[in-house]
Amino acid sequence: MSSAEGARPASFARRVSGTLYRRPGLRLGGLLTAPLGYLVVVYLGALGLLLMSAFWTTDEFSGNLVKSFTWANFHAVATTSVYRTVLIRSVGVAAAVTVICTAVAFPMAFFMAKVAPVRLRRGLVVAVLTPLWASYLVKAFAWRSMFSGDGVLDWALTPFGLSSPGFGLPATVVVLSYLWLPYMILPIYAGLERLPESMLEASADLGAKAGRTFRSVVLPLTIPAVVAGSIFTFSLSLGDYITVQIVGGKTQLIGNLIQTNVGAANNLPLAAALATLPIVIMVGYLLAVRRTGALDNL
Amino acid sequence: MRLSRGARAALAVAMTLGLAVIYVPLGVVIVSSFNTDKTFGWPPSGFTLEWWRRAVDNVGARDALATSVKAGFGATAIALVLGTLLSFAVARYRFFGRDVVSILVVLPIALPGIVTGIALSSAIQTTLRPIGIDFGLFTVIIGHATFCVVIVYNNVLARLRRTSGSLEEASMDLGAGVFTTFRHVTFPAVRSALFAGGLLAFALSFDEVIVTTFTAGAGVQTLPIWILSNLTRPNQAPIVNVVAAVLIVASVVPVWLAQRVSADTAGGRL
Repeated sequence: MSSAEGARPASFARRVSGTLYRRPGLRLGGLLTAPLGYLVVVYLGALGLLLMSAFWTTDEFSGNLVKSFTWANFHAVATTSVYRTVLIRSVGVAAAVTVICTAVAFPMAFFMAKVAPVRLRRGLVVAVLTPLWASYLVKAFAWRSMFSGDGVLDWALTPFGLSSPGFGLPATVVVLSYLWLPYMILPIYAGLERLPESMLEASADLGAKAGRTFRSVVLPLTIPAVVAGSIFTFSLSLGDYITVQIVGGKTQLIGNLIQTNVGAANNLPLAAALATLPIVIMVGYLLAVRRTGALDNL
Repeated sequence: MRLSRGARAALAVAMTLGLAVIYVPLGVVIVSSFNTDKTFGWPPSGFTLEWWRRAVDNVGARDALATSVKAGFGATAIALVLGTLLSFAVARYRFFGRDVVSILVVLPIALPGIVTGIALSSAIQTTLRPIGIDFGLFTVIIGHATFCVVIVYNNVLARLRRTSGSLEEASMDLGAGVFTTFRHVTFPAVRSALFAGGLLAFALSFDEVIVTTFTAGAGVQTLPIWILSNLTRPNQAPIVNVVAAVLIVASVVPVWLAQRVSADTAGGRL
């Protein structure tokens, strides 16, 4: 502060600013307190409570929580064969959706980022982003009416001697892939866009054909983006219970089991024990992919 | 990358087919909103504006829309503040546990919605209810904010990584305080990222069903909850279809806005 200013008392804001300037630790603390406080207290706190209740039981007659420690819920989850079947099915659906989304999204993102003329790019991004805003439920029900007996699919397939597959597991996978496709296209597109043109030229100058450049340069550098997209497609599919109710017929996924236990069955402890399965899977997945740098590509 | 003519053509075909698959179901919804047949059989049996007329008069849908907008604004506001603070800490400082923070912030969006939903629901029941805060709009906003933070965080962080801290240092060397520097140097640099992140956060909140189901309580109905409860009623289904068609058409506006404002080609990061 200059000596001319020093004659009059510094304003409060000026003094706070000075203190913050001199103390980086204080600045960091100020930045971190509110967001970490929120995430830790609200989110981790709630998760912690949920995990705790997985060790409790409900009173069979009153339906109230009995807060005494027991492994019974985890024992039930581990030994009941229905739960295992449903878990395997859910992971299978999530994996299938992720694979389908990647297979469909990669060529589209590649076209958008590297092939389409620059003036077209913006329009294409808008075209891919827009459905993200159109309601999830609306899209699921649009597919329901398309899969139904006298729907669009039947109408379009009948001339070829085929019919709509109807409601069930295949329909669920199709609709989930449809719903989460933009979540895969966008990270891959962003990843491909960041890929410097000069690297591709260098590869070509060194004699690599398009296929070789793709395998040795493009793919390794966009893997983090694909993994980032897969976090969305996998997790969103793993926890879904609404789409499967709409187009899945009688199919049950882990989300349905959790939801019935919270709702109709009023058995929060068992639901909590079931919920630890997707938590363990997703946290394990996040830790495993952290090294690829995927979290910076979300 | 020098692609052969065939490869380029194949990619263009993939793009066209992909867009077709994305838009056909949306088109079906819009066409069905004019269909005289209540069960949306295909092809449509006739043209009518009756459902649109009824939808305009539907009080439930209008109230739900207002609730959704309120929840969206609330959650976005919280997310903008918390997400920005956190992204600055992660981008500009080295501290113990920085990697843990980057996992913690994606956790609410990486864990399935139903897990977040039942966790928040049972936490509200055991901690907030005894002190007189019941399920309502407030709890919906709290719930949505948990997964909106990461959207703003990602957008601002990406921007901060590309703008060097030396501009801020220069500003401070020239005598500007912490707040003046933020107002004149830092904020203008991240403004469009904030806008893009805020828009996407709003979109996510506006469309959320699962966490909302578990945090809303009986009195609060957001638009997705209204849609969910009305779609299965034969008399209401055509009106829901109209609301859906409106949402589809209206969704062009925010995306277009984000594209205009944001210099980022992706117009926002998830």
